[in-house]
Amino acid sequence: MSTETLLERINAYASRPDPYPLYTELREHGVARQDDGSYLVGTYHEIAALLHDPRISSDVRHRTHPDLRDRPEDLPPSFIAVDDPEHDRLRRLAMRHFGPPHSPGRIDALHDDIVDVARELVDGLRGRDRIDLVDDFAYPLPVTVICRLLGVPREDMPEIRGWTNTIIASLDRSPDEDPDGRLRAAAQARVSMAGYLGALAQRRRERPADDMISALVHDDGPEGRLTEPELTTTLTLLTIAGHETTVNLITNGMLTLLRRPEALERLRREPELMPSAVEELLRYEPPVQMLPQRTPLTDVEVGGVTIPQGVPLFLVLASGNRDPLRFEDADHFDPARRDNQHFGFGSGVHNCFGAPLARLETQVALTALLHGLDAPHLVEDPPPYRHSPILRGPRHLLVTGDVAAGAGA
Amino acid sequence: MSDDLKSGRIVIVGASLAGLRAAETLRDEGFTGDLTLVGDEPHPPYDRPPLSKQVLLGRVPAADVGLPARRPVDARWKLGVRASGLDPATKEVLLRNGERLPFDRLLIATGTRARPWPHPEEARLDGVLTVRTVDDAHRLAERLDAGPRRVLVIGAGFTGSEIASACRERGLAVTVAERGPAPLVGALGGTLGAFAARLQRAHGVDLRCGVTVTSLTGDAGRLTGAELSDGSRIDADVAVVALGAVRNTEWLADTGLAAGPRGVACDAGCRAFDMYGIVTDDVFVAGDVARFPHPLFEYQMLALEHWGNAVEQAEVAAHNMVNPGPRRRPHLAVPAFWSSQFGLNIKSVGVPTFSDQVTVAQGSVEEGRLVVVYGYRGRITAAVSVNRAKWLEHYRHLIETAAPFPPEPGAADRPASPKVVPSDVPDPRVLSHGPTVALTGHLPDRRLAVVRPMA
Ligand SMILES: Cc1cc2nc3c(=O)[nH]c(=O)nc-3n(C[C@H](O)[C@H](O)[C@H](O)COP(=O)(O)OP(=O)(O)OC[C@H]3O[C@@H](n4cnc5c(N)ncnc54)[C@H](O)[C@@H]3O)c2cc1C
Ligand code: HEM
Repeated sequence: MSTETLLERINAYASRPDPYPLYTELREHGVARQDDGSYLVGTYHEIAALLHDPRISSDVRHRTHPDLRDRPEDLPPSFIAVDDPEHDRLRRLAMRHFGPPHSPGRIDALHDDIVDVARELVDGLRGRDRIDLVDDFAYPLPVTVICRLLGVPREDMPEIRGWTNTIIASLDRSPDEDPDGRLRAAAQARVSMAGYLGALAQRRRERPADDMISALVHDDGPEGRLTEPELTTTLTLLTIAGHETTVNLITNGMLTLLRRPEALERLRREPELMPSAVEELLRYEPPVQMLPQRTPLTDVEVGGVTIPQGVPLFLVLASGNRDPLRFEDADHFDPARRDNQHFGFGSGVHNCFGAPLARLETQVALTALLHGLDAPHLVEDPPPYRHSPILRGPRHLLVTGDVAAGAGA
Repeated sequence: MSDDLKSGRIVIVGASLAGLRAAETLRDEGFTGDLTLVGDEPHPPYDRPPLSKQVLLGRVPAADVGLPARRPVDARWKLGVRASGLDPATKEVLLRNGERLPFDRLLIATGTRARPWPHPEEARLDGVLTVRTVDDAHRLAERLDAGPRRVLVIGAGFTGSEIASACRERGLAVTVAERGPAPLVGALGGTLGAFAARLQRAHGVDLRCGVTVTSLTGDAGRLTGAELSDGSRIDADVAVVALGAVRNTEWLADTGLAAGPRGVACDAGCRAFDMYGIVTDDVFVAGDVARFPHPLFEYQMLALEHWGNAVEQAEVAAHNMVNPGPRRRPHLAVPAFWSSQFGLNIKSVGVPTFSDQVTVAQGSVEEGRLVVVYGYRGRITAAVSVNRAKWLEHYRHLIETAAPFPPEPGAADRPASPKVVPSDVPDPRVLSHGPTVALTGHLPDRRLAVVRPMA
């Protein structure tokens, strides 16, 4: 008899390559209380209900035993971690400079940039017989794009990468290492990153450029501007959120396609399928496997179980995405799937702010790779994974073949 | 038997949203027989919601509102031709041009038209308009382009309010005259009505409530203004009559179907009733012209003028037209609609007029972002959001499950001390616009009952 809870088993590093059988088990349990008092939900309709329930908070300060260690006192939480109306106000102020109706052209304007960056990266692979799709392609692409969007100069990108890595490492809850050390390092990285972005914003205040930071600091909209701390935490959020997730979607995407040559061939032949294929990847191998920071503000009943106020609530999006009560043939990867309301970008008021950008980046990235790589093969399957069970994806994805023979064509 | 249903002759009368979606669904469901669509407008199916919004702002040309096809539909399109009658005995649709179209199954999707100004001579004055069709919207947009000194909007339902909003956004002076106590009150009740009134005034609308327009005045055939019941007079060179809709059922007179001014009655499977209340099996109804019983609302006959309802009902009707009894589906969707006006996005689920009380469950009137929840006899029957649409899914679920009203507290952004007040949905007879959601049940005195708090 195992004393490990399901959550512990999901978190265990050995589960990383294939957590899906554990999710099947989770769905059979319904709303599952763990020994530590937290609750795990993995069925589609119950996740949907909780994501739209205004009594479910994204602010961990509402936990009965709040875990504040990783939160530097002098930085307020960003909008992903607060509730309406504060969340709504901050998100709206940021959205004014990212998407419609106020900035309808921002993402379109990045399109050519993204294509150029992808082409450059594929060109760089030319002549090599073994590449790491993560380090050589999937990582640099979104980082370059988010930096361009915000207006972070190219030469500062390595620093941004360093801080981001440290912060993301702190999300990892595996017990075998030194979690306190990781949290301290992450807090430090947050402060450094906020300091850097604050200084950059100051430069843009004095000399505006054509980027999102300039737009934010010069906003003269009816609702005023973000305050200084709000601005730096929002910029930090955008930088981090726009990073690892897209990397993993591109990598999970190539892994999924390399495992299914017929699907890969089909996408080459029918490029118009790319948008629906990306949606299917968001369902089938979502980069954000679960949302770890929800808390009920009051006792909330769902799926016949009452989740008590103040407990940690984990919504396992990747499990909901495979729920046979919602998706036909849920474990089958179908790039042409139609009825596909997946949770890859979450749902409800906190649904992914960057989704239109992430979709575009991934569509462009996979298209560039499918046409740039000739007869690619996986070197090892499964590949080595990153630690995090939350932001799940391969750490490396080694590929051989007549790599890049067709690149630049 | 079931194969029979996939072939044969189907005629759809009304070639707009419901007609098109039904035709697509029929083909999706494997109907291989003859399909004919009859529509009296000359245009292929188009979308109406933009006509009182983007089109009037000049953001979308009137010519660009065509409905995107979901799939190719192999059908005969008879556009610009009106159906003038129906012969239930020979199963034929009679066309205005004398043609007779035999059918095995018929779908009635003739929707509604704008209620005209009641005085025909005044209605003919140059400058008096309604907005229902793309040609109407085109004409109004042209008038607005010409920079009228003042626009008078008669009726402050959704369409009238949206038109007033477009006028203000274009910097035009606008007067709104409404017989009821506030804009939108017929559809949304007192709390949001009062909110809408403040909103319109804050945006510079000259809003006159509790008055009726007694006459439109003209000079040499051109509109010059209007006289109001309070003795005042308004100078205006454009008047938009937004008095609600009239159901297009006249062509069904004397057919024996339960068709009249309140629509064509049908069952939850979209099959039309005849005048005795016997359900037919070959005549179906969908969209704005239909009235149907909804179990969530005590089986009262709902008549909804909602885009989403037209789509869902058309899909159910089409499915049931080509599937045998046990495979048929009920039309059970929770009603939902949206409106955008004065920079706000208003969304509704459920039936707000089916209520006796309301409470602000999230946000606040002051913020201009809120969710109002409606209850009837202690259960939740509707919710309306203003710039908070993403929460509505939650309330839809509460409506479907007849959750208790007022909703359980606990929302992060709930008001400090939420109050429950009467919903104040007035009797539709005092309104100058028809309510968007009408409870056209057989207990007319009860369907809009307002429970006042006890003294
Ligand atoms: C200006 C405007 C704004 C709107 N905005 C919104 C909104 O924001 N949100 C929302 O939910 N809904 C909105 N609606 C309502 C929505 O457009 C309707 O619910 C929808 O159009 C209903 O579709 P239908 O096919 O049932 O009817 P209709 O669109 O009315 O179509 C019926 C068709 O049948 C034709 N017809 C009628 N009689 C005959 C005959 N005897 N023979 C042949 N053809 C005939 C008519 O000419 C018409 O083309 C709006 C409507 C208008 C007019
Ligand atoms: C494939 C790539 C991506 C995936 C899978 C993804 C996934 C998600 C998910 C699941 C959420 C919901 C979080 C929650 O409910 O708590 C979210 C929120 C968010 N994402 Fe993404 N994301 C991606 C890319 C991006 C990009 C490129 C950006 C930035 C431009 C971004 C910015 C954000 C922000 C700011 C939030 C918080 C939204 C809020 O709280 O209102 N994301 N994302």
